Amino acid sequence: MLEVRDLKVSFHTEQGPARAIDGVSFDVAEGEILGVVGESGSGKTVSLLAVMGLITDPNVVIEGSIKYQGRELVGLPAKEMRKLRGREIAMIFQDPMTALTPVYTIGWQIAEQIRAHNSISAKQAEQRAIDLLAEVNIANPHEAIHRYPHQLSGGMRQRAVIAMALSCNPSLLVADEPTTALDVTVQAQILDLVRKLQKNHKSAVVFITHDMGVIAEIADRVMVMYAGRIVERGNKVALFSNPLHPYTKALLDSIPLLEGERPRRLKSIPGSPPALLNRPKGCAFAPRCANRFEACASVPVLPNAGHDAACFKVNP
Amino acid sequence: MLLAITRRLGQMLFVLVGISILVFLIFFATPGADPSARIAGRNASPEILEAVRKSFGFDQPFYMQYLIMMKKIFVTGDLTSFVNRGWKVVPAVFEAIPVTLSLVIGAAVLWVVFGIIIGTVAAATRGSWLDKFLMVLGLVGISMPVYWLGEVMNLVTQSRYHDTWMFSWVPPLGYKNISTDPRGWFLTLIIPWFTLAILYIGLYGRVLRANLIEALQEDYVRTARAKGLSETRILLRHALRTSLTSFVTLFGLDFGALVGGAALLTEVVFDLHGVGMLTYNALLTLDLPVIMATVLYASFFVVLSNALVDVVYIFLDPRVRTA
Ligand SMILES: Nc1ncnc2c1ncn2[C@@H]1O[C@H](COP(=O)(O)OP(=O)(O)OP(=O)(O)O)[C@@H](O)[C@H]1O
Ligand SMILES: [Mg+2]
Repeated sequence: MLEVRDLKVSFHTEQGPARAIDGVSFDVAEGEILGVVGESGSGKTVSLLAVMGLITDPNVVIEGSIKYQGRELVGLPAKEMRKLRGREIAMIFQDPMTALTPVYTIGWQIAEQIRAHNSISAKQAEQRAIDLLAEVNIANPHEAIHRYPHQLSGGMRQRAVIAMALSCNPSLLVADEPTTALDVTVQAQILDLVRKLQKNHKSAVVFITHDMGVIAEIADRVMVMYAGRIVERGNKVALFSNPLHPYTKALLDSIPLLEGERPRRLKSIPGSPPALLNRPKGCAFAPRCANRFEACASVPVLPNAGHDAACFKVNP
Repeated sequence: MLLAITRRLGQMLFVLVGISILVFLIFFATPGADPSARIAGRNASPEILEAVRKSFGFDQPFYMQYLIMMKKIFVTGDLTSFVNRGWKVVPAVFEAIPVTLSLVIGAAVLWVVFGIIIGTVAAATRGSWLDKFLMVLGLVGISMPVYWLGEVMNLVTQSRYHDTWMFSWVPPLGYKNISTDPRGWFLTLIIPWFTLAILYIGLYGRVLRANLIEALQEDYVRTARAKGLSETRILLRHALRTSLTSFVTLFGLDFGALVGGAALLTEVVFDLHGVGMLTYNALLTLDLPVIMATVLYASFFVVLSNALVDVVYIFLDPRVRTA
């Protein structure tokens, strides 16, 4: 349904061009949940913002191809893109505290999206907003539509944001760390909710997170990003049971175990990710990698197979 | 909501009483100076001094003096000037109020309308030549001193080009009463309105543009974009709507100050006998009763317009309602 090929996103900065995304290719199939994981700054948000056409920075250059249901999105006129956004592809963001306009009720904001894409009456849109709030388990939806964002808790706001994203029955939902800003119990509820809604609405979901635990909970397939590239991709079960890339292994080692003996300290990955303007020429992970060898001085490719990694140890 | 409004108006009354006491103390309780001598004006005869002392109760305790003063201003309204013997102060202030209000309200309408248009257009086209042009224009407006601009306007419309088709409609300087001569009132004020408004148009346009551009970086604007709304709708319904609160704050401060007498320069240049001019003349002659009355009047308007701003806030920002 979504085919991204060799996507490159660069920003012109004062210190020169900064390639935040460097040749990323992936597919999203109808109805699946694709987990995208990686450290902060690895380019998860930027790559999906590029898909949404939401990078507003005037200094951006986007190359490659993004096809949504066969339609090329790179270079699509803003007006056409707008018709897709919110109706076909919806996105929810990390911080529910700031994601809603403070001066309008949540009912108004949901109805606004519905009416931007469908010609229905205000009354019908309001009814639909009530139904949606009920669907995301907000108590008293009749009353809740008249609430302002500041009158709701973080979890409630994120539910309202999810209700809004689903209001036009999108076939693709991009969720950018929707649970990171919430406390753990609320996180679990939101994850359950996303799963339930994904089943009911039959949407595909791209779920961005930096938490392998969340990926384990929710994803069908996983894509691991490091320094603007995909380093490993595969089915969740395969990837968790048999991680190929040393970075993925390190990420998995850093999840606290729920059962069994807990390690004294969580293992963390030595070193830190390279700065955007100062990325290594070859494999970006090489400086932190215990297994590096001569080949790592050039860029490893990610084969387009089921479960594979961009690593010379795996694909010599 | 109603509670919030009444509470705010109650606070306002409290502030006003406080200000009147403070102003009174500054002018009448300064140690070492005899207030009757100051009220009576320069070179007053002993008889006048005695009359002043009696009439203002300066032989009584401070609180009585204050009450007498308030009574003279608010109840009997018979506060008289001794510099201009027998001149009734309160009616003089009330005669000046409509002049100042006409000037400032008209200018305020202009600067709000044009300020919003310029700020919004500049923010919508940020980075373009139109944006740069509007901002330079705004800067020019801000840097032109109002008395200079007023004099130039007068020179152009009253003498140099008065006899051409362009400015022959401009009536001579001075204020026309709105109820007896509405047409004359409007025509005489057009030039003063623009002269006073230009500074604020530039200022408000620039401030609004900055606020809008900041608002456009907010997360909720990204959400609005993700919803598939048009850029115009995002700008007007989301960014502008949330920027209005700081716009209104600024407006309340400026409007209050101008009505309170800060429009003095415009009043002088266009020979409009408003409150600013009244205060100015009173300061020149050290006419204490007039100063007392106009300062009270000015603080009343500053406080009133700020209270109105807070009330408008309650409508604009739902977060204030519950607080
Ligand atoms: N407008 C921009 N101009 C310059 N660089 C940018 C811009 N937007 C993003 N970047 C850079 O692109 C890189 C990728 O950022 P991105 O937000 O996609 O990371 P992320 O994986 O989503 O991280 P996080 O987990 O912190 O959300 C970062 O190094 C960031 O500094
Ligand atoms: Mg991110």
